Amino acid sequence: MSPTHVRRIVKPIVFVLALEPFLWLVYNAFFGDLGVNPVETITNHTGIWTLRFIVITIALTPLRWVSGFNPLTRFRRMIGLFASFYGTLHFMTYFVLDQSLQFTGLWDDVVKRPYITAGFTAFVLMIPLAVTSTQGWIRRLGGRRWNLLHRLVYITALAAVLHYFWKVKLDTTDPLFYAGIVGVLLAARVVHRVRRAAASAPVPVRREA
Amino acid sequence: MLLKKAPDLRESDVTPRSWYVRRREFLQAAGSAAVAAAAGATAPLFDGTATALAQNPDAQKLTGLQKSPLSTDEKLNSYRDVTTYNNFYEFGLDKGDPARYAGSLKPRPWSVVVEGQCGKPGTYHVEDIMKWFPLEERIYRLRCVEAWSMVIPWVGFPLADFVKRFEPTSKARFVRFTTLVDTRQMPGQTEPALPWPYVEGLRMDEAVHPLAILAVGLYGEVLPNQNGAPIRLVVPWKYGFKGIKSIVRVSFDESQPRNTWQRVRADEYGFFANVNPAVDHPRWSQASERRIGEFFKRRTLPFNGYADQVASLYAGMDLRKFY
Repeated sequence: MSPTHVRRIVKPIVFVLALEPFLWLVYNAFFGDLGVNPVETITNHTGIWTLRFIVITIALTPLRWVSGFNPLTRFRRMIGLFASFYGTLHFMTYFVLDQSLQFTGLWDDVVKRPYITAGFTAFVLMIPLAVTSTQGWIRRLGGRRWNLLHRLVYITALAAVLHYFWKVKLDTTDPLFYAGIVGVLLAARVVHRVRRAAASAPVPVRREA
Repeated sequence: MLLKKAPDLRESDVTPRSWYVRRREFLQAAGSAAVAAAAGATAPLFDGTATALAQNPDAQKLTGLQKSPLSTDEKLNSYRDVTTYNNFYEFGLDKGDPARYAGSLKPRPWSVVVEGQCGKPGTYHVEDIMKWFPLEERIYRLRCVEAWSMVIPWVGFPLADFVKRFEPTSKARFVRFTTLVDTRQMPGQTEPALPWPYVEGLRMDEAVHPLAILAVGLYGEVLPNQNGAPIRLVVPWKYGFKGIKSIVRVSFDESQPRNTWQRVRADEYGFFANVNPAVDHPRWSQASERRIGEFFKRRTLPFNGYADQVASLYAGMDLRKFY
């Protein structure tokens, strides 16, 4: 797959697919049915898709290592931005419809309720990542610092899973499923790092020709 | 005779359910005022509004219902709201599961065992129990512990009348209720989501309070399976989980029973479970609620708005401790 193929064909397809959960919401809000408790439906739908896009975002790099399929890297920004997009919708549903745009109510919840603390942390940490996702910001920050900053996504992923786990009333099957995936993806990075260090350490430094 | 048999040929025999439900909604919107007026004119004791909105043509109608001064005049939640958004873990954890899967429940014939500290223990058929007392319509607010609420036109009779009939002794300080256990009828019970059977209880003074009822119907019809057929408890000043469904056993106890949710998560759910905006659930606020059908939240009232009637039951009790 050439870079042109990726840019011209695959990316638009992935974009439309990633937009589908949003289109589903809009369609059902106007022409369909969001159920007896529409606010709950919207909250749960945007929440679970935020988590899914966070998981996909941090899955791309390990998938590239495993598959050797390098074009995957080209989707990190778009998928990551979709995670922030759904995260923003999720947060705004809560802030507007649950808290009626009251900052005091929001702050009370953030301070008092662990699952809101976790969810809010996950959301807030995505903001700088979305803002600095442009080429301009990569240049301004420099690759090293930019990479360091974007490791915040790991904290977002952990906080998002915790948010989900603390929120459910009884059945923790789904939260544990996502916790497992996030755990594997973070462990993969540790393993990769250790292997790379092991692979590079014993090799004597070669003089450049 | 309170029960009227449904006609042999029904609308549902010829028309898909989704069509006539939609059509009825449309017709109601167009003529609900006329329908209510007509029903009111022909049968003064019959609640025209509630019955006109009921939408299950297969259900047995309950007629001759008495109105109650204890009913609220707030806007009713639709039949669809009340019958498709349920917490009834015996049929699954999703709110839609009870409506989907409760068809396997066989609410007739059904018997209720009455036992414990009382003069007249025994086993009674639900059809007989329904004939003991005049049926009333009670339109109550229902506040779920999950911070949503509805307004529901129940049909039932005072729990106090039921309790007194069995002549509880002076040792009977609590009433304990138990739900059916049968994995064939209640497929959710194959999962250990909760310890089965579901158990709930009331203090005797709560049980004989005029607001507490045993419901056998809603919207002027026999109780749908997903709402706890054939007989369930409704205690409007307490969180919804106190309203135990599909009751098979009523026991007069000396000591306070351990209700199911208290057993599962004692730090989150207590025995009393009175609606209290001042005492939060450990994980979320109870100060406000979403009335189903409304977009913004509304304030939760102490004892779900029934404080004038029931607050005296708890005089001197620390409601933070006895949540």
